Amino acid sequence: MTADVAKAAAALFVAAILQVTLLSQINVFHGAPDLVLVTLVCVALLRGTIFGAVAGFGVGLVVDTATLQTLGVTSLLLTIAGYWIGRYGETTGRDRSHAPFVSVAVVTLLYSIGALILHYMLGDPASASRVLLDAFPFELIFNLILTLPVYALCRRLFRPPPTGLEEVQLLG
Amino acid sequence: MTGVLVLLSIALITVYFRESSSGGLHQVQSAGATVLRPFEVGADRVSRPFRDAYGYFAGLVHAKSENNRLRAENEQLRQQAAQNAFAASENADLRKKLHFINSPHYPRGFGHVTASIIAQPPSAFEQQALIGAGSAQGIQQFDPVVAAEGLVGTVVRVAHNQSLVALLTDDTTSVSAVDVNTGAKGIVKAGASFDHVGKDQQVKSGDLLVTAGWKAAGLSSIYPRGIPIGQVTSVGQNEVDLYKHVQLQPFVNFETLSSLVVLFPPKTR
Repeated sequence: MTADVAKAAAALFVAAILQVTLLSQINVFHGAPDLVLVTLVCVALLRGTIFGAVAGFGVGLVVDTATLQTLGVTSLLLTIAGYWIGRYGETTGRDRSHAPFVSVAVVTLLYSIGALILHYMLGDPASASRVLLDAFPFELIFNLILTLPVYALCRRLFRPPPTGLEEVQLLG
Repeated sequence: MTGVLVLLSIALITVYFRESSSGGLHQVQSAGATVLRPFEVGADRVSRPFRDAYGYFAGLVHAKSENNRLRAENEQLRQQAAQNAFAASENADLRKKLHFINSPHYPRGFGHVTASIIAQPPSAFEQQALIGAGSAQGIQQFDPVVAAEGLVGTVVRVAHNQSLVALLTDDTTSVSAVDVNTGAKGIVKAGASFDHVGKDQQVKSGDLLVTAGWKAAGLSSIYPRGIPIGQVTSVGQNEVDLYKHVQLQPFVNFETLSSLVVLFPPKTR
């Protein structure tokens, strides 16, 4: 468990730094890949609700701190995202091959809407058409492209917990 | 657990939002950003070659599309410039005609229609031009045609919205003319020679020739009097011929003609 926490912290920290320094500068019709969100989805899918929520909160704080944005905004959104995807992973979706892609697609949409609402409530200038019509399709495509390598990496880092239903091969 | 984290996030947002920029959370955030700074710098240095490569290729794509856009814009502007130059030339030409129509040289009592040339003569053997005005505009056969510089020719065929003009230089065009300087009379043929000038009449090189505009026995010339035709360039005579050999140069440059004025007596229409 401690090893998983360390791995998740390292993976999300690297993702946050890469997101802040490199990926946020990619701009295709205001859309950019969100490596933090994709990594969080993969981690939460493999490790469940609590892990997802805590990871989301922590990495949200890192992102808000590094970008000097309102502290807690990204944490709130990523905490909820991590919890929901963890819930999906704990139920039926984890072992399905399309689960990470579906999760990333749904979370990307909900995260965009949530961020829009939150920024609107905080009085920040936010254009719904720009976020949802212009940026969202490209952000979704970028995130889906990132999902395959990130999920493969996360599967190597976080092997699924034993379910007790493993097949036992009898000798003789 | 998740609820606690959500509440904690909301609390962070609330406190951060309400406190001043020198508040506790801002200080913590500033310290955290300072701690993260080396990692960001390191990541920036590591990723710089990739960003430069991305920027290079993005710049190439952008430059290519911008090049195409500028080429299209350049072509459009070139066409616009050509249209402007043509409009300016047409404007100058029409101004000259307007000046001519308002000048004392314009024949009294004559109406006019200004028309542009829509087809030039196909070859040097056919000294005719098609103009964009016809019977619908009041033009009739044998109406005289002029330009600001002088006589152009005669309307020889009329359609509803087009007319065919035989130029002064056409072999079939003959105009009774008079030498303004000496009063010598004759006939300008094909815009090149001033014929039927008796040997007793005085004509010299440089004299100006205008239309005679005669009237006799109920008949009259189709050309009004006083329209400039050309300038005498050479004069000669011999013992055999009855008349002088007079050559002239028309005032109108038929090669650059783009529009002209068709004259007609208003009482006849």
